[in-house]
Amino acid sequence: MTLHVDSPAAPPQPGPRRSAAARGPQRGGGWARFDLRATPYFLVSPYFLLFAIFGIFPLGYTLWVSLHDWELAGDKSFVGIENYIELITDEAFWNAVINTLGMFVMSTIPQLVLALVLANALNKRIRGRLFFRLGVLLPLITSVVAVAVVFTQLYGRDYGMINWFLGLFGTDAINWQNEKWSAWIAISTMIDWRWTGYNAIILLAAMQTIPKDLYEAASIDGATARRQFWQITIPMLRPTLIFIVFISTIGGLTLFTEPVMFDGNPTMSGGATGQYQTVAMFIVKEAFRDFDFGYASAAAWMLFALILVGTLINYSFTRRIGGSK
Amino acid sequence: MLNDKRHGKLAAVAVMAATALAITSCGSSEPAKPAAGDGGASAAAEPVTITVHTFGGGENFGYDKAVETWNAAHPNIQVKYQNLTDRFEDVYLPQLLQRLQAGSGAADIIALDEGAMGLMKARPQFFTDLAEYGLESRKADFPAAKWDNGINADNKLFALGTDIGGMTMCYRKDLFEKAGLPTERDEVGKLWPDWNAFKAIGEKFKAANPGKSDPKFLDGPNTLYNVILSQEAPKNGNVAYFDKSNQLVLESNPAIKTSFDTVKDFSEAGLTAKLASFTPPWNAAIKKGGFATMGCPAWMLGVVSGAAGDDNKGKWDVASVPGGAGNWGGSYLAVPKQSKHPKEAAEVLNYLTGKEGHVMAFQEAAAFPSSIPAQQDPAVADLKNPFFNDAPTGQIFGASVKDLLPVFLGEKHAQVKTAVEKVLEGMDQGSVPYDQAWTKFVEAGVKAAG
Repeated sequence: MTLHVDSPAAPPQPGPRRSAAARGPQRGGGWARFDLRATPYFLVSPYFLLFAIFGIFPLGYTLWVSLHDWELAGDKSFVGIENYIELITDEAFWNAVINTLGMFVMSTIPQLVLALVLANALNKRIRGRLFFRLGVLLPLITSVVAVAVVFTQLYGRDYGMINWFLGLFGTDAINWQNEKWSAWIAISTMIDWRWTGYNAIILLAAMQTIPKDLYEAASIDGATARRQFWQITIPMLRPTLIFIVFISTIGGLTLFTEPVMFDGNPTMSGGATGQYQTVAMFIVKEAFRDFDFGYASAAAWMLFALILVGTLINYSFTRRIGGSK
Repeated sequence: MLNDKRHGKLAAVAVMAATALAITSCGSSEPAKPAAGDGGASAAAEPVTITVHTFGGGENFGYDKAVETWNAAHPNIQVKYQNLTDRFEDVYLPQLLQRLQAGSGAADIIALDEGAMGLMKARPQFFTDLAEYGLESRKADFPAAKWDNGINADNKLFALGTDIGGMTMCYRKDLFEKAGLPTERDEVGKLWPDWNAFKAIGEKFKAANPGKSDPKFLDGPNTLYNVILSQEAPKNGNVAYFDKSNQLVLESNPAIKTSFDTVKDFSEAGLTAKLASFTPPWNAAIKKGGFATMGCPAWMLGVVSGAAGDDNKGKWDVASVPGGAGNWGGSYLAVPKQSKHPKEAAEVLNYLTGKEGHVMAFQEAAAFPSSIPAQQDPAVADLKNPFFNDAPTGQIFGASVKDLLPVFLGEKHAQVKTAVEKVLEGMDQGSVPYDQAWTKFVEAGVKAAG
């Protein structure tokens, strides 16, 4: 039935409603009309139903919980925005925000630059191109937890390989978990190891859609390879770059598994003094270690706001790429 | 893995049973009644399954043999025992609270660590009153402190004790020998009547192991702190972080300050390996000999032997602890209200916390029994632990719990404990300066309690 709507015969008719009514009488016009109008909604409804159950409802419920002093398996009472007020004066929360932003910057910038360089290299005619293209994607199919466990062992203070290597040059064993800078570096390398190849492949796909004649024209005009990269490739990649930056922002600001595994125990404290506790870890700690659901829900909404702001800022940056030139 | 497989099988059986039921109920509408009646009768004859969930590293609660023995003798009540995780405060407890709140998912019998008893006492709505099933009669079996902790806010008996954590000092024999210290446990025990003497031995050990990658004297701040606190709390009104009206006394309780200062002292003297307890590097160091001594409540012996592995049998030994008696940890069993078979669960609980269950758990996991008849049983009193060079653990722990006093643990004890110990770890590892450590320690505790 619905196929008729899109069939070439339909457009000349004044409208789908009348066309259905015209054919309708013997079958019952009301039903056909309903069918025509409702079927598309019915067909897309599974997504929206799932989204309502697993997206909208939790969002709303979290908001509701965040307005309460809500203890897991305990008492609850309405407190209004008290949780939010407490949160914005909570040093531990801002420490988590700074850690999250710090690790986001530390991991994402090198990651995107590296991905861009990799993609550009893979776009050239090189020997074993397919092998390399598949190779950069390999880290993605490993489990995050496995990656984090292996890296945490590499960064181990007493029996880790990196300290052993540094020791060859006479460096003292570094307790990687102990300082912010060292912990951030360690966690950033885990993220980059896993995601650089993924971003490179997406950028590579986008690069291949750039018309060759642009480059040919540029070459004839005498543009160097470097100039072509900056003046053609980068501006043409803009939509893809925006996408990648969005995804990286969301991923970076909800960073969780790597720092948890790096801690070695699931206390969610991110080091003895929260050197690498992210906002996501802060939320889990408040909810499931200190059993303070209301406070954790408020923090979750703050994280939502943070991601929104972060994405907007990044959007305004990436939108300008190549545009001004 | 094993447990997963068992679950898989069980699930498959359940699915088959459900399908069979569906077929019988669908296939015939009229003669369905007698068939259903038959099903009901056979279900009654089928054994009731009582699930037991525990936590803990290494041998954890040591119920393998006790459960096997029970299952062989009781075809109608089959017990399924599963150790969920090795971490209590941050994995087992949150999961348990969610299951209690949700009203399903908790086992018929759940294990509770002492640290969470304050929290559970304040939530009587989740637990079965064990007195309804006659377990009030067990009162004479337990020391008053252990028994009283199982009475909740509604004045109902909701939990019975499993083990208690009487205190000893574990030490690496091979490292002691290398440092030129005595290695026999009686002589080692005599080296350190108090913590000052212990520190002096530590300095000696350090002098013999001056290198950066040489083994250290102690593991880290956590175990030392808990051992000393368990000795100091009974001297200061039997309270730790909270007084008996659940007010935070972290800053004013001399027991806390003394424990903190002693730990700081050892840390500043460079005697610790700067390891946080119950972490992978800590486990690795137990195995590889990264440190020479560690405070060991009874249940810790199972953790050490589990982490060190059979290859290191005989390298660790047990001596008496400096500073006298104390109790760290020890657990309880309770029956959640959501259990479908509270009567049978209470029966099994009675068995596991009874003399027989206690003795078998001690043999398997070195968890020292809290019940007096079990403590006096020759199987406990004369038991030697083969992993620790046949140390007479029954005798050692029996002596260490003789004069034990109850320590009151507040509702938020577990949270405060976790928070302040993090500061200790930070201080030991260098991210919290020593001169700010006490202020931060108090701050963290106040925040966690609030």
